[in-house]
Amino acid sequence: MTTRASVVRVLMILTSVAVLTVFLLLPLAVVFSEAFKQGLHAFTRVFHQAEARSAIWLTLLVAVIAVPVNMVFGVTAAWLMARFEFRGKALLGAFIDLPFSVSPVISGMAFVLLFGAQGWFGPWLIERNLGVIFAVPGLVLATVFITLPFIARELIPLMQAQGSEEEEAARVLGAGSWQMFFRVTLPNIRWALLYGVLLCNARAMGEFGAVSVVSGHIRNLTTTMPLEVEMRYNEYDYVGAFAVASLLALLAVLTLAFKALMEWRYRHELAAGGIHR
Amino acid sequence: MTLSIQSIGRRFGDTVALAQVSLEVKPGEFVALLGPSGSGKTTLLRILAGLDYPDVGTVSLDGDDFLATDARKRRVGLVFQHYALFRHMTVAENIAFGLRVRPWRLRPKRAQIASRVSELLLRVRLDGFGNRYPAQLSGGQRQRVALARALAVEPQLLLLDEPFGALDAQVRTGLRRWLRELQEELGLSTVLVTHDQEEALELADRVAVMNNGVIEQVGTPEEVYFEPATPFVCEFIGRVNRVAMRRGTGGLSAAGWVPRDEPWHGHYPHATAYIRPEHLEIGAQDAPWQGVVRHVYLAGSIAHLDLDVSGVGTLEADVASEDLARRNLAVGAQVSVSPARSVLFAGENARWSWQAGAGP
Amino acid sequence: MKRRVLPGFGLSLGYVMAWLGLIVLLPLAALVFKSSALAPSGWWALLSSPRTLAALRLSFGGAMLAAAVNVLAGLLVAWVLVRHRFPGRRLFDALVDLPFALPTAVAGIALTAIYAPEGWLGRYLVPMGIKVAYAPLGVVVAMVFVGFPFVVRTLQPVLESMEREVEEAAASLGATRWQVFFRVVLPLLLPTLLTGFGLALARAVGEYGSVIFIAGNIPRLSEITPLLIVEKLEEFNYAGAAALGVAMLVLSLLLLLLVSLVQRASRRWELPR
Repeated sequence: MTTRASVVRVLMILTSVAVLTVFLLLPLAVVFSEAFKQGLHAFTRVFHQAEARSAIWLTLLVAVIAVPVNMVFGVTAAWLMARFEFRGKALLGAFIDLPFSVSPVISGMAFVLLFGAQGWFGPWLIERNLGVIFAVPGLVLATVFITLPFIARELIPLMQAQGSEEEEAARVLGAGSWQMFFRVTLPNIRWALLYGVLLCNARAMGEFGAVSVVSGHIRNLTTTMPLEVEMRYNEYDYVGAFAVASLLALLAVLTLAFKALMEWRYRHELAAGGIHR
Repeated sequence: MTLSIQSIGRRFGDTVALAQVSLEVKPGEFVALLGPSGSGKTTLLRILAGLDYPDVGTVSLDGDDFLATDARKRRVGLVFQHYALFRHMTVAENIAFGLRVRPWRLRPKRAQIASRVSELLLRVRLDGFGNRYPAQLSGGQRQRVALARALAVEPQLLLLDEPFGALDAQVRTGLRRWLRELQEELGLSTVLVTHDQEEALELADRVAVMNNGVIEQVGTPEEVYFEPATPFVCEFIGRVNRVAMRRGTGGLSAAGWVPRDEPWHGHYPHATAYIRPEHLEIGAQDAPWQGVVRHVYLAGSIAHLDLDVSGVGTLEADVASEDLARRNLAVGAQVSVSPARSVLFAGENARWSWQAGAGP
Repeated sequence: MKRRVLPGFGLSLGYVMAWLGLIVLLPLAALVFKSSALAPSGWWALLSSPRTLAALRLSFGGAMLAAAVNVLAGLLVAWVLVRHRFPGRRLFDALVDLPFALPTAVAGIALTAIYAPEGWLGRYLVPMGIKVAYAPLGVVVAMVFVGFPFVVRTLQPVLESMEREVEEAAASLGATRWQVFFRVVLPLLLPTLLTGFGLALARAVGEYGSVIFIAGNIPRLSEITPLLIVEKLEEFNYAGAAALGVAMLVLSLLLLLLVSLVQRASRRWELPR
């Protein structure tokens, strides 16, 4: 009986380790292996090229705008959803989640239909010589849309579980609105917020579908790193494609490592909160 | 400082949380709001703290409109049921919070805050715990930190929401006495919310018994216990026997028991008598009832007896434990039973407090 | 006017609604509006064309299959990660989130490098007659990859909080290990599994980046709907692209609604009466 149980257990562990290795670890390994296939020199040469550099800068630029915008939105939306009861709250929550269930391609297309040459605001923009589609603003807008729910979704369940008693206590003790927010609310959600920001950033830097539709793939101008990967791949520059991809993969690995590290603290705080109640 | 609550009403959707509630708290007085969950007592406390607002009615403190003052400017000390300590701050930081968030002009100097904190730590017997975090404290210790934090702002009014609810029975009794002494020492008007009648009777100068959003009775613990104003108060506070009374030719009676001097002049055909277990006399002369002992529950200094009384039903009676053997009160014993004191209710709200021997 | 104790209700409600209106609703309104430019006959021609039908079938059928695979694999992995201790467990636990963090284009080229005929696994699979890359199976593999974390991550907290006593009670009443699993554990996990299924499904249906590299994009065989939309956009057939987008949105919202209804029915024991 016991031996059979332990055989089953070992089999289950081995199967899941195999599944995780083949499905998740292998793709990660492939990226780095292909990137260095022709040696370190071929790898570093990729990053001396202007296209690769401008793609990296553009990716950073888009993330630097989109992530703070979504951070402000996420914190505000979480405050609204976790601290107040009002009519239409469930509907509002569904709208916050909506970008999760819209295909990235469709989101990108929606912005094209809004700001593109044939779009609602297209003629107005063309008259004033303002470019949104096939330009940086379009990339930012599409990225903001795609990553909109990330931070709010991370914060809402935590803030709901924490309840509003600490904030009420702060009010009764005389704290003003911002004192309450910065001294009580923010410290209580800081780890979840940081985690949400990391996820949001990973997605913002890695977004492909939506960005691909609004970008127009103009080298040096509207090509972010994921698009650079695609273009090089389609031009059979495999080393170049995987070299750029390896930078993005490194970002993913760092994000995961940071998350795993934080989960120590984060879990501890949640556990402390558990005793607290 | 006199706190005066007048005709307050509060609804949440279709449910009435408070209906026409009025109450006065005199300077230095300790008032307990006692009632089952959902009776509206916590809503009333939250209104006093400024965390909720009534739909109608007024609250004033020494004649000033209390409701017009924002929660953060009311200077009430509120101790939450689950303490609501700031988990990311140390004990000392928690206590100092109310002083540190004051506007720059009114904020005490750093050293003043520090000395106030250590004074309070001493007062709540937590000196040396200032650098701990709430998660590192026991329930009773957290409770005292919450109290110190509330007292740090020198409140005009102390509000306690089930402050002992989450504690072990032993810790609870100790803290209760300590809290009462502290409150007397500070002379602070205090409102306590609790569902524990023992706690309310032991701590409070006056008890307000709440049910379904109304105050059923306000009075001293003695009044509330011995002279309950409504059937709800009878049943909620202490244990009580219910005996159905029916009007016959000789007046209201139950199986031969006819309380004398009925004030109702033959008015009500039925009534209910509420008799506390300690007000049932066992083995008295010319008792109206005869019963059999069904169970004996020894509870320390007193014992509870379950009696089968013919014509009345099962009644509970309390006797001193040492009387059990002396009077042969074992299971199966035949005993005579007579009520010594009772409160009777009839009709909508007719009340009659009866005591044996008061009449001829 | 009811007074609220916590500050910022009006401000945050106004800001959130305005921002959602601008960033989410306005673009989607433009999409729906543009699709209405297509006449009913145009809609019919679009939706009845074999190429569209094949693409929709692949997108939705593939996503359902992928989500189902994710449920099975996710159940196993979540169970092992929560219930068993083994060397490297923390590493594998952290690895589960990889598809969330890895850009889809990177995943796409990596999966292609693995399953292409001369790739790491492809060179063994293709001679065995299993063609993954440049075939519908590749689409499913990519969809399984991007949806992998959803089932595991929704299941883990539920498994952690599940009382072992329930299983012990079942065992002490004479149930075998399989009976305990199928009669006690699985029904308790079913609502969560369905939630994870729905999330993985939503992600897989719309997935683009990781799929297009491995799919080979052969019309009527391995071409997904989002790619068809992109092709229409490149032909400047905006009305057709918008219509296809709306059709896809409506279909996936209906499908998710169905999943959430089933999910609701499966947890009737935890709903208030």
